[in-house]
Amino acid sequence: MPPDAVPAGKLFLRKVPLGERLLNVYTWLTIAYAMAPIAVMVVFSFNQSPSGRIGLRWLGFTTFWYQNAFAIPDLTTALVNSLEIAISSTLAAIILGTPLALALARYRFRGKTVTDIVIFADIAAPAVVVGASLLSVFLALNLPRGMPTIFLAHLAFNLAFVVVVIRARVTGLDRALDRAAADLGATPWVTFWKVTLPLIMPGILGAGLLGFALSIDDVIITSFVAGQTLTFPLWVYGAEKTGTPPQVFVLSTFIFVAGLLLAGLNSLMSRRGAKGKT
Amino acid sequence: MAKPEVAAGRAHRGRIGPRLAPYLLSLPSWAYFLGLFLIPLGSMVIMATAIGDPLDGYTISDNFAEFLTAVSQYHDEFVRSFVYGGVSTVVTLLLAYPAAYWIAFHGGQHKSTFLFLIVLPFFVTFVIRVLAWQFILADQGFIFGPLKDLGLLPENAYVLSTKWAVIGGLIYNNLGYYVLPLYVSLEKIDRRMVLAANDLYATPSTAFLRVVLPLSAPGVFAGFLLVFVTNVGDFINAEILGGPSTSMIGNIIQDSFFVDQDYPMAAALSSLLMLLLMVSILIYAKAFGTETIQDYAA
Repeated sequence: MPPDAVPAGKLFLRKVPLGERLLNVYTWLTIAYAMAPIAVMVVFSFNQSPSGRIGLRWLGFTTFWYQNAFAIPDLTTALVNSLEIAISSTLAAIILGTPLALALARYRFRGKTVTDIVIFADIAAPAVVVGASLLSVFLALNLPRGMPTIFLAHLAFNLAFVVVVIRARVTGLDRALDRAAADLGATPWVTFWKVTLPLIMPGILGAGLLGFALSIDDVIITSFVAGQTLTFPLWVYGAEKTGTPPQVFVLSTFIFVAGLLLAGLNSLMSRRGAKGKT
Repeated sequence: MAKPEVAAGRAHRGRIGPRLAPYLLSLPSWAYFLGLFLIPLGSMVIMATAIGDPLDGYTISDNFAEFLTAVSQYHDEFVRSFVYGGVSTVVTLLLAYPAAYWIAFHGGQHKSTFLFLIVLPFFVTFVIRVLAWQFILADQGFIFGPLKDLGLLPENAYVLSTKWAVIGGLIYNNLGYYVLPLYVSLEKIDRRMVLAANDLYATPSTAFLRVVLPLSAPGVFAGFLLVFVTNVGDFINAEILGGPSTSMIGNIIQDSFFVDQDYPMAAALSSLLMLLLMVSILIYAKAFGTETIQDYAA
């Protein structure tokens, strides 16, 4: 427990009560609990395993699996599929969702309540139902399952989240800026590109990160609509019964680190954006 | 009713009237919600009435018997899903609340760091997290192995493939999802309310129960809903951590589609699951408003 967990100033005012100290310890235990599986993943990605499957015993340190991270062609293809789907479905969700977010945040219109309910239902619907219902449509239409259907399905669950995040950003904006642009003779189109879009960019980036994370993580919905195509989580899920090759932990560690870097970059940019505003 | 709130919309007079603007803006998303959310839901219900078999194909009919068969045949799995989902959500709430509370009230300048550490697992793929628990909980794994070697546990002790492993997995996977909305609602509470309670001679526990807890209710309920729905519909934890006796309704739906290819049964089961969950959600939305829950969903 680091000593700086309690603001230093408070120590002079009062003794830290026992309850508060216990809660502090508890919070650290919770963090340790949250970290446990990550530690297992990272540590065992460096474990020697002659069988080519992750074992339960520590047999010694090796970077062999990192040097051969892409040695399983199917797994690498699955990871590439995952990345393609995550990037394309997130971009599509932003393009479709931003106008709706603007409409919901700025206008009162007939059908707004219904739209709210649909977005809410879409977010609240269990993944297994979303997957099963999409599969029933694809079956009814006799659509072959593969990358296109995975893309459509991921867009289906990304869109609602993207709308909610961007809408929150639009709601927080000062409308005077748009009006000023209009007063200066800007058309709505120019106003959107020169004023509104730059202002809601942090929201769009946040929404993009969330959509990307949801998409690259999804296994339940994808398992229904993927057909013979495999994404990274699906490959791992399928290989689980026969033993998991260490490359799975290696690639997953890559995703983890990339996620950390992106999150760090995002918070840096939003901090800079916040400074620029004032 | 549709009296447009277009104070600023009136200012920029483009070719598109402000009256039409919101509809045009919503059109693309609405087409999508319709085509890939509402129509699929409807088609799933229709699929449930189909008769036929995997080889000859299915034809739509007006046969609703499948719903009754689904209930009578998979009654146990439905109950199990709701029990596992309910228990795991309650435990997650109990685990998450104290941590969220401490971070919001006593986290000081490191608040966001603590929060970040707790949601860190989100950066690891869901399936991998479950898989890692399979390694941790294995019969000769990092916990059971040493305890057995020391003689603290009998040689045949195990937790994998029991309901405890499945519920444990569900609890772990949603901890961060629950800490976030709890933190947001606790963070919003004006500290002066607590001070006022103290001034009025409330004991710390009274102040907590009568002031902090009620004010954090939106986070408690929003989180409960999202985590509960996720857990009831989950089948990954049951598949990787559980055994034959822990099948949840999601496992059955998956198997109906892909093992038995009994599409009507799969569709009937997921329609029923959606119906049951929507009923609970409607009760929730009525009590707390959909916008609050949406705020926390993000």
